[in-house]
Amino acid sequence: MTYALGGNDETDAVRIRRVTRGRLLGGLMLLAAMAGVASVAIGSAAIPPDRVFEALIGHGDPIERAILLELRLPRAILGLAVGAMLGLSGAALQGFLRNPLAEPSVLGASNGASLGAVIALYFGVAEIHPAMLPALAIIGAFAALGLLFVLSAGSESALSLILAGIAVGTLAVAGVSLALNLSPNPFAAMEIMTWLLGSLEDRSFTHVMLALPCIAVGIVLVAWDGRALDALTLGEDGARALGVDLRYTRARILVGIAVGVGGAVAVSGAIGFIGLIVPHLIRPMTDRSPSAILLPSAIGGAALLTFADVLVRVIPTSSELKLGVVTAFLGVPVFVVQLMRERRSW
Amino acid sequence: MVSLAIRNLVVRRAGVGVVEQVSFSADGGALIGIVGPNGAGKSTLVQALLGLVASTGDILLDGQPLGRRSRAQIARTIAYLPQGQSLHWPLSVDRLVALGRLPHLAPLSRMTTEDRAAVDRAMATADVTALATRTATELSGGERARVLLARALAVEAPALIVDEPLASLDPAHQMRVMEILRDQAKRGVLVIAVLHDLGLAARHCDRLMMIDRGRLVADGTPDTVLTPERLRETYGIRAWFGSAANVPLIVPIARATSRHD
Repeated sequence: MTYALGGNDETDAVRIRRVTRGRLLGGLMLLAAMAGVASVAIGSAAIPPDRVFEALIGHGDPIERAILLELRLPRAILGLAVGAMLGLSGAALQGFLRNPLAEPSVLGASNGASLGAVIALYFGVAEIHPAMLPALAIIGAFAALGLLFVLSAGSESALSLILAGIAVGTLAVAGVSLALNLSPNPFAAMEIMTWLLGSLEDRSFTHVMLALPCIAVGIVLVAWDGRALDALTLGEDGARALGVDLRYTRARILVGIAVGVGGAVAVSGAIGFIGLIVPHLIRPMTDRSPSAILLPSAIGGAALLTFADVLVRVIPTSSELKLGVVTAFLGVPVFVVQLMRERRSW
Repeated sequence: MVSLAIRNLVVRRAGVGVVEQVSFSADGGALIGIVGPNGAGKSTLVQALLGLVASTGDILLDGQPLGRRSRAQIARTIAYLPQGQSLHWPLSVDRLVALGRLPHLAPLSRMTTEDRAAVDRAMATADVTALATRTATELSGGERARVLLARALAVEAPALIVDEPLASLDPAHQMRVMEILRDQAKRGVLVIAVLHDLGLAARHCDRLMMIDRGRLVADGTPDTVLTPERLRETYGIRAWFGSAANVPLIVPIARATSRHD
C-alpha cells in the first residue's frame, strides 16, 4: 500500500509502528476465528473439545448437540456479526464526521433501536413472537434516522448532523426513561433494564435470521464510501472538489448504520464502546487514512465483542454478567491508554 | 485546451450579494490572477466556478453548463486548492498527494502505475518528494502549503484554481510556486490564482482580474489593471510603482484616508 521513499529516523519510527495491510487483516481474522471457536467451545456446560467437534458434524450426545448448535453457535455468529457492524460503523462515522469520538450512538440510531425494543417490552408485544422485539427495534432505528434527516435537513456539515443526532438520541433516551418510570410493576422495569444492559444470552437462529440480513446490508452500505471518507480529510469543500457527492455518501452511511446497527442492537441490546474503541486500536497500525481502518475495524470489532461475550461466561458471578457491562469496563482502560498514546503521536 | 465562460454570475448569501454580475471568459494556457481586498468575494467567486456554492448566471465549461456535469467530471477538469486547507487526519504526505487521483479512479479500483506516476510528478514539481513519508500534519507551514499544492497538481486537470497559494511561504518558495503556476500555464493549463502579493501578480500573471465588493472592476493585463487610482479606490492605499531589473515593483506606502467617503 505505502510506497515509501528514502528514510530518516522519524520515518523508520513510523514504519515500525505501521503493519502491512495484509498482515493486519490476517492477524485480525485469526483473532476473530479464535474468538468464534472459543465462543462455541466455552460455556457453563463443560463439553470437551473432541465432543464439541463430534457434535458439530452431527454426531455425539443429542443434548450436547442441542447446546452447541441451538445455543452456542447462534450466539457466536451474532457476536461476530454484531461486533463487526459496531466496529465498522464507528470507523466510518469517525471518518465521515472527522471526529475521533464519533460512534454509532452519536446519531441516535442505537438509542432509537433501544426505544423500539423497550416499547415492545413495555406493551407486552415482545411476548407475541420472538421476532417482535427485534422488528420494533429496527423500526425504532429507522424512525430515529428519519427524524435525524428532518432535523439536519439538507445540511452536509458534520456539526449539524452531530447536533441533530444528539437531539434524536436524547429524545429516545427520554422515551426509555419514561417507560421505566411508568412501568406497571418492578418486574416489567427489571425486564427493560436487563435488556438495556445488552446480552447475547439465549439467542436462537430466529435472531440470527433477523439480524444477519440487516447487518449484511448495513456493512455493504457503510463500507462503500472509503474513498469519499479519505477525501473528507480535506474537509467538505475539499472532498467535493475531488468529485465526491457528499449527499450520496451521507445517505449510504446513515441508512447503512440505521439498518445494520438497528439490526444488531435489536438482537443484542445496547452494547456500547465497541464502535468507539476498535477504530482507535486499529488506527495506529494503519496509514491512518479513514478508508484503511474500515475493514480492520469490522474484523477487530467482531473479535473483541465475541471475546467479551466469552468473558461474560467465564467470570463467575451469582447472576449472569451482561455483555454491555463487560464492554463498558473493557472500554474505559483501553480508551484511556489510546488517549495517552494519541496525545503523544498527534 | 479547456475553456471557461462566465456570464452574469451572481452569488447571494443570506440575501446579500457576495458576487455581483461577474462576466469573463478564459482559455487554457493562461495564468490569470484574481486580486482584490479582503472580503471582496474572490474566494466565493472561485468556489462558484467549481460549483461549490450556489449561483445564478451561466458557467460554461468547454461550452457546456457546469450544472450538467457530475461532481467527478468537474473534479477531473478543474483541480482546486482551497484557501487555508485544513487536514483532519494525520496522513503521510504521499497518501495526501495521492488523494488528487481520486477523481480518476473508478469505484473499487486501485491506483494504476499511471496514477502513481502522476503523484510522483506532482511531488517532484512541488519539491516535496523528500517529505513523502512524513506525516502531513507535522510539517511546517511552508512545507504543508507545498504538499497541498502537490495534491492539486496530482489531479493533472486541464484547469487549476488556487486560492492564496502563497500564504505562509517564504520569498523563495513564493517565487517557486509562481514559477510552477507559470509553467503549468505554459503547458496549456488554465491557471486561476487568487493572490494578495500585487508585485508577484504583476510579474507573473498574463492577465489580472480585480474584484471589489463582489464586482469585477478591472480585467486586463497587469499594467492596465494595477494603477495608482484603482489601488486607492479598491484597497484604499497609496502605492509606489517602480521596477528593478525589469521586474515590476508595487510597494504600498500608506493607507489613503478617503476610500469610501
